[in-house]
Amino acid sequence: MNLNATLLGELIAFTVFVLFCMKFVWPPLMNAIETRQQKIADGLAASDRAEKDLALAQDKAKDQLKDAKAQAAEIIEQARKREAKMIEEAAQKANAERDNILAQTKAEVEAERNRLREDLRKQVAALAVAGAERILQRSIDEAAHSDILEKLVQEL
Amino acid sequence: MAAGEELTLSSHIQHHLTNAKMCTVDGSIAFNKACSEAGFWTWHVDTLAWSIGLGILFLWIFHNVAKKSTVGVPGKLQCFVEMVVEFVAANVKDTYHGKSKLIAPLALTIFVWVFLMNLMDLVPVDFLPAFAGFVGETAFGMDSHDVYMKIVPTTDINMTAALAVGVFLLMIGYSIRIKGVLGFIKELTLHPFSTKNIPLQIVLIPFNLLLELIALVAKPFSLALRLFGNLYAGEMIFILIGAIGLAQLPLHFVWAVFHILVIVLQAFVFMMLTIVYLSMASSDNH
Repeated sequence: MNLNATLLGELIAFTVFVLFCMKFVWPPLMNAIETRQQKIADGLAASDRAEKDLALAQDKAKDQLKDAKAQAAEIIEQARKREAKMIEEAAQKANAERDNILAQTKAEVEAERNRLREDLRKQVAALAVAGAERILQRSIDEAAHSDILEKLVQEL
Repeated sequence: MAAGEELTLSSHIQHHLTNAKMCTVDGSIAFNKACSEAGFWTWHVDTLAWSIGLGILFLWIFHNVAKKSTVGVPGKLQCFVEMVVEFVAANVKDTYHGKSKLIAPLALTIFVWVFLMNLMDLVPVDFLPAFAGFVGETAFGMDSHDVYMKIVPTTDINMTAALAVGVFLLMIGYSIRIKGVLGFIKELTLHPFSTKNIPLQIVLIPFNLLLELIALVAKPFSLALRLFGNLYAGEMIFILIGAIGLAQLPLHFVWAVFHILVIVLQAFVFMMLTIVYLSMASSDNH
């Protein structure tokens, strides 16, 4: 139990162990622990930030969706108006065309009727002249009696 | 049992409490009983071998983990090692407020090393000495009673004294580094009795010096003797329990369970006191 040289040996061993621990054990372990702590802190901060970003993005998306819906409604409204306008225009155009065609046809019919009536009158006049010739049996000076004939024709 | 002398209880205990010694007698290496006259230059080879072996084991494990330590997800061993390191670091941070790159690794080394050495106490007391005796008898033709093997280095006062002396030297070193030689001398001579009256102060210096020196020297003594005493007593109880035959089994179990506490506690106390003493040595306000 007496103190002896073992003490010196152990003292040297102790010194060597402490120095070794100080140089090769403590710094890398501490470094790893502290770096990991930093990393975890950073990770937590990043996740917080990401959460905030997500909320922000969701808000933005909602706004955009609202805008898009409003825009779509507007476009549909415009399209409807335009449709109505086009239908109206087409109806107007068709009406105008119809009136046109009707007027033209009427004019044609009128012209034909006039022509036919003129023809008929001329034939009746000729017939009347022939009848009168036969009645008078004598040739009548056409020139002298033409006023009478005219009158006759008018009466027809 | 070896041939020859009767194995009495006291000789059995004596055998357990004796270190394997090595020394040089007349220029040649001698062992054990031949060393009774060697005085200071005797080496306890079992203490040296076990303590240095355990120290290397500690540093090997921790160094391996440190080399491979990853910043990412740590493995199980790394987790354990980091837990120990963080425990020590937290204690150092709470107690030592100066800046020192030495204190924390010192505390870690003391804690783990002392713990491992104390842990040898839980190996059943007869196993390794009996094995050593067997090896000595068969391989070297020695009488197994002449083969000594004390496997708990902290039950050797040389071991605990070496640790305490190391801490003591550091205490003095830190005192001088932080306060200067003059500051250290002042601390030893001008407290606890101080006065503005200069002649009276001069008269008080010897008393102060005496008190302060006792206080200073008591620290390594208490460190060394506390650890040694606790472990020596624990070992002694194990030896006594081991000597009573079959009834030892429950007793041995109970004492071993209790001793787990002692082992960790003594390692922790030694570490904590080291930090406190060094903290006191490096703080200026006495």
